[in-house]
Amino acid sequence: MLRSVKLVFAVAVVTFLIAPLLAILPLAFTSSAFLTYPIPALSTRWFQELVTADAWRRSIVNSLIIGLGTTILATVLGTAASLGLRGHNIPFPVAMKTLFLLPMVVPAVVLGVGMQVLFVRLGIASTYHGVIFAHTVVAIPFVIVSVTGALAGIDRRVERAAESLGAAPFTVFRRVTLPLAMPGVLSGAVLAFATSLDEVVLTLFVAGPNQRTLARQMFSTIRENISPAIAAAAFIFIVGTILIAGLVMWQRDRSRAGKPGEA
Amino acid sequence: MKRPSRRNAGALALVLPLFFFIALFFIWPLVTMMSQAVSDTAVLHILPQTASVMTNWDRKSPPTPEMKAAIAADLKAATDTQAVGDMVRRLNSAQSGFRTLMAKTISAVQSSETPPDLAAVDPRWEKPVFWLAISDALSPTTDRNLLAALDLSRDASGKIVALPADASANRVIMLRTFLIAAMVTLACAAIGFPYAMLVATMDGWKRNLLLAAVLLPLWTSLLVRTAAWFILLQEKGLINDALQALHLTSGPVPLIFNRAGVVIAMTHVLLPFMVLPVYSVLVSIPKNLMPAAASLGANPVRAFLRVLLPLSFRGLASGALLVFMSAIGYYITPALIGGPSDQMISSVIAFYATGSANWGMAGALGLILLVVTIALYAVYGRLSAEDTRRA
Repeated sequence: MLRSVKLVFAVAVVTFLIAPLLAILPLAFTSSAFLTYPIPALSTRWFQELVTADAWRRSIVNSLIIGLGTTILATVLGTAASLGLRGHNIPFPVAMKTLFLLPMVVPAVVLGVGMQVLFVRLGIASTYHGVIFAHTVVAIPFVIVSVTGALAGIDRRVERAAESLGAAPFTVFRRVTLPLAMPGVLSGAVLAFATSLDEVVLTLFVAGPNQRTLARQMFSTIRENISPAIAAAAFIFIVGTILIAGLVMWQRDRSRAGKPGEA
Repeated sequence: MKRPSRRNAGALALVLPLFFFIALFFIWPLVTMMSQAVSDTAVLHILPQTASVMTNWDRKSPPTPEMKAAIAADLKAATDTQAVGDMVRRLNSAQSGFRTLMAKTISAVQSSETPPDLAAVDPRWEKPVFWLAISDALSPTTDRNLLAALDLSRDASGKIVALPADASANRVIMLRTFLIAAMVTLACAAIGFPYAMLVATMDGWKRNLLLAAVLLPLWTSLLVRTAAWFILLQEKGLINDALQALHLTSGPVPLIFNRAGVVIAMTHVLLPFMVLPVYSVLVSIPKNLMPAAASLGANPVRAFLRVLLPLSFRGLASGALLVFMSAIGYYITPALIGGPSDQMISSVIAFYATGSANWGMAGALGLILLVVTIALYAVYGRLSAEDTRRA
């Protein structure tokens, strides 16, 4: 009796969590202009719309430019800071880390209002680098969490061994620390890219019509004239998520399997 | 010092770039937002000479000729029509009649070579009440927006009074924001806690499957999840199709653009934030505690209430704080799934900022939301800090 209640509950919750994501996928292939079931016939017209319609194509290109810029900036700044935070060699290490994680907590609209006013004053409103700076702020916490986690897992004795064998500090970093922390850096970079890709609210406030990203385009399409192009874009997002998650897990497994050999 | 100072300098050099970046593009915007809430320079910007002359005024006696001459000179020097418009709007909100008075005066000042006699242009310039309004508006800071965000204002004598009911919308919005966030938190706890318990009792592939079901939505784009709920909840969506096919309802049930839709979609989005903290606490509880309680004669309900619930309370509190804190700042989901009466405080801030360019009100409401969020985060931080200390 209890077992079957548990089973029903588990199935119900898993359905609630997963079904919405599955339900949107087939609609990407509808031939109709409406986002409703049943699908009259299969077609790829909405994927074609994504790559041919000017608004969608430009938004995809913009998302790639801004996402790449954000990934590079957030990964470099975040990895460097994580290395500096390691071993608590700086004043106020805990306060510093809290500060770097805070963008994850502050409501996006609040940050967006401030950025809009300030960016106009600084003359970087409605520019690509302005949007990249805004996205980097909210991507930083993910890089920090992921890289500090990876650095905490490194056995300090390995680095000391390299030092005692005569390696210069930078060589130790390049040949020992960085390779060992690489999985964390990579997953931080992936998360930074994903954050930028999905960011809507800050984009609404700081981007001009020329920096309209894919997420921003999806937001206004849902709001103003909903079309199955949304489902096609969502299809790409979900498949991309699964691929990237698989890639990260594979990378993690490989580095875990590779560790004994390296050490 | 137990470490060489060269290492300290190196560590600092690694941290400083990010520190400056965060100070510049995170702290400064927030400070800008907050200063928007209290700054009030629209009038001071246009009337600098008036401001310096008016410091000698006692606020009671009739306006002096110097004050009139100063304002005439200021208005003649003002060329930025947008800034002049801001000033007029600001003055008119304090004292009605300024719109016509200023329009008349500005055209008189601009058209004549020598400064005209203001009393001849409009007799209202002889009334101290208009000068009082200018004098009050010349102060570069104001608590007007912060008070208005709480549906309060100052009356003529400077006392804080409640705004009339028809002009007070913000308190309703704030209550609604907290209500929706509380409903979502409750729904997440009601689903998430038993689910986390279930996951903790499973092992092997079953546990991985149940965890993957939580993690996959967490990794999926928020926009995609909101779009998915939009499609499911709409009038001809799958949920309504299913309800009608099962003959549970005769017509479509309204699920979108209302409160129910917002709560369902937000619960889906935030459920992982409840399940994961509870789960991580539950797996750390020794497995033999419940059998021990049972062997001492506690029935399952009693054992749950006296052993498992107190031990997992910290996880439940962390999850609830996390969900509530995220929910009060939500913008996208209510904007896309909710109706006009389901908009939360973020939507109102966005409206003031982008819709009506009222930065003062956007800043004031943003400041309130920020303070509440940071306070909740501080409590959450304390909870999780105690957690790691215990572990």
